[in-house]
Amino acid sequence: MSVAPALTATNLFKTYGSVVALNGADLQLYPGEVLAVVGDNGAGKSTLIKCISGAEVPDSGEITLAGDVVKFHRPQDGRHAGIETVYQTLAVAPALDIAANLYLGRELRKPGPLGSIFRMLDNGAMKRESKSHIADLGISTIQNIGQAVETLSGGQRQAVAVARAATFSSKVIILDEPTAALGVRESNQVLKLIERLRDRGLPVILISHNMPQVFEVADRIQVQRLGKRAGVVTPKTHQMNEVVAIMTGALKVEEKDQTLQPVR
Amino acid sequence: MSLSAAEVEFQSNKGPEPLKERLQAKLHQYPSISPVMVLLISGAVFWILNPNFKDPFNLSLVVQQVAVVGAVAVGQTIIILTAGIDLSCGAIAVFASMVMGRTAFANHLPGWQSLIIGLLVGTAAGAFNGFLVTKIKLPPFIVTLGTFNIFNALTLLYATGRDIQASEMNSTLVWMGTTFKAGRFQITLGVILMLLMYLVLSYALRFTAWGRHVYATGDDVEAARLAGIETKRVIFSVYMVAGLIFALAAWILIGRTGAASAINGIDLNLDSITAVVIGGTSLFGGRGRIIGSFYGAVIVGVFRDGLTLAGLPPYYQSLAVGILVITAVTIDQWIRKANK
Ligand SMILES: Nc1ncnc2c1ncn2[C@@H]1O[C@H](COP(=O)(O)OP(=O)(O)OP(=O)(O)O)[C@@H](O)[C@H]1O
Ligand SMILES: [Mg+2]
Repeated sequence: MSVAPALTATNLFKTYGSVVALNGADLQLYPGEVLAVVGDNGAGKSTLIKCISGAEVPDSGEITLAGDVVKFHRPQDGRHAGIETVYQTLAVAPALDIAANLYLGRELRKPGPLGSIFRMLDNGAMKRESKSHIADLGISTIQNIGQAVETLSGGQRQAVAVARAATFSSKVIILDEPTAALGVRESNQVLKLIERLRDRGLPVILISHNMPQVFEVADRIQVQRLGKRAGVVTPKTHQMNEVVAIMTGALKVEEKDQTLQPVR
Repeated sequence: MSLSAAEVEFQSNKGPEPLKERLQAKLHQYPSISPVMVLLISGAVFWILNPNFKDPFNLSLVVQQVAVVGAVAVGQTIIILTAGIDLSCGAIAVFASMVMGRTAFANHLPGWQSLIIGLLVGTAAGAFNGFLVTKIKLPPFIVTLGTFNIFNALTLLYATGRDIQASEMNSTLVWMGTTFKAGRFQITLGVILMLLMYLVLSYALRFTAWGRHVYATGDDVEAARLAGIETKRVIFSVYMVAGLIFALAAWILIGRTGAASAINGIDLNLDSITAVVIGGTSLFGGRGRIIGSFYGAVIVGVFRDGLTLAGLPPYYQSLAVGILVITAVTIDQWIRKANK
């Protein structure tokens, strides 16, 4: 028996000038799982998820969402399809406040003619909604919703980006190193949040260099090396040092030792 | 109980900050503070130097004189907010004024038709800049340096070496020069139109999604793109709207000078940037208030007028404006550093 994947990427190629960032990359994400993507710096992890989210257009290859082939040309194409992404660079607007950042690109307008004719933003509603979303997500590091993002600490900014993605994702959520700037407690909050999203049935792609975190939260671990998939394993079948060995190319995993089917 | 790094950092944010940081933060939050201060202080000084300065007639004159540059500065501000620049704004205004004047004079069109054609030409000129910036991906400085020369050349070509006087134009085109009394002050319709433009654009920047996207795009274009904003469409729309604004300024210009001429308003290119910068809008984009540019334009007007009344030769005006610009940019750099 086989479960239909929520999202697939097949044989993606992407070059920047003479740099080959993706060299025939594959990925399958199954419903309700956390798929960690690990690999050395420059292995093409961020490029892979950017091609999936629509932030970059692959030179060739195919992406499917819930079985349908999709072709995204802009980040909002992926967004409209229900894919939300926390980019490694966070993609927040520093001068705008937290609520404005949460609703950036999908602002709420006032009801009635004020909104439809005068295009007036409903700042009150966006603030209220943001506050309740952030409370629901259990992100305690954000206090004042009206604070400009540039006045936040690095970790708080990261929390804003995570909150935005978690609030609006409906099909897939992608997190590119979401805990890189977070303290221990905040990292744990994000890991808990990832588990809650998964329990809601939302599949998660998590990129991280933090092996203990990956082993704590991931159902399967995809190792990315030189722009393609070197193997997919699980925390049960492989040890941390083995994963690192696959990353560096010291260890090859046979297809039969990989976990290409969902484990939950 | 131990605190995580983020919490410690958060708490340290809350402690009493030294005066310098507090000032930086306030100026950052309200970029119009410094231009308003400069305006009040310089006004007071010029009043002391020559009591005639505060005469309603004189103050009215100052405002009338800055109507055109104030209007152009509205368009310049939204462009600078996207981290762009428009060196061709004056050339677009002069070109639009020549189109209005000549279609009325040579083609005998009714005034309102000439006006609409002029506004369309200005909008198209702005859209052309926007096209070169977003589609051909050239730096705004280079694009508008090029189109500045092109629009100038087109104006001279079209003008056939002759100004159009007010008497040769339909009254619609000189309408903006109409003066009326407001208390002891004398205001022109051009001043009203300029103020209306500030009102409308302030609203759009503050209360609409478009305005929010303009700020986000100017702040960090790649972040805005990843956050799902059509940054190219935003930038294109800004140059196009600015073109329309420059053409409206051309209408004010015809009313102010009583003619459509190829040389009137040629200083607008740099003067508008001066007003925007003195008004506290950052040349690096994403930070500033449009009303600041109005203060900036008035400050320049006040300095020119006040120094003349104080009996100083005209080159002191240039000196003062130069110092103002450099001071304004220095303050901007200082404020930005506080938040890095
Ligand atoms: N916009 C770009 N322009 C040019 N080269 C790029 C660009 N983005 C990525 N690359 C190159 O593509 C390769 C893969 O980069 P990518 O960011 O996907 O790596 P990564 O696995 O996410 O690394 P890290 O762990 O450091 O985030 C690198 O060699 C990088 O230099
Ligand atoms: Mg990366």
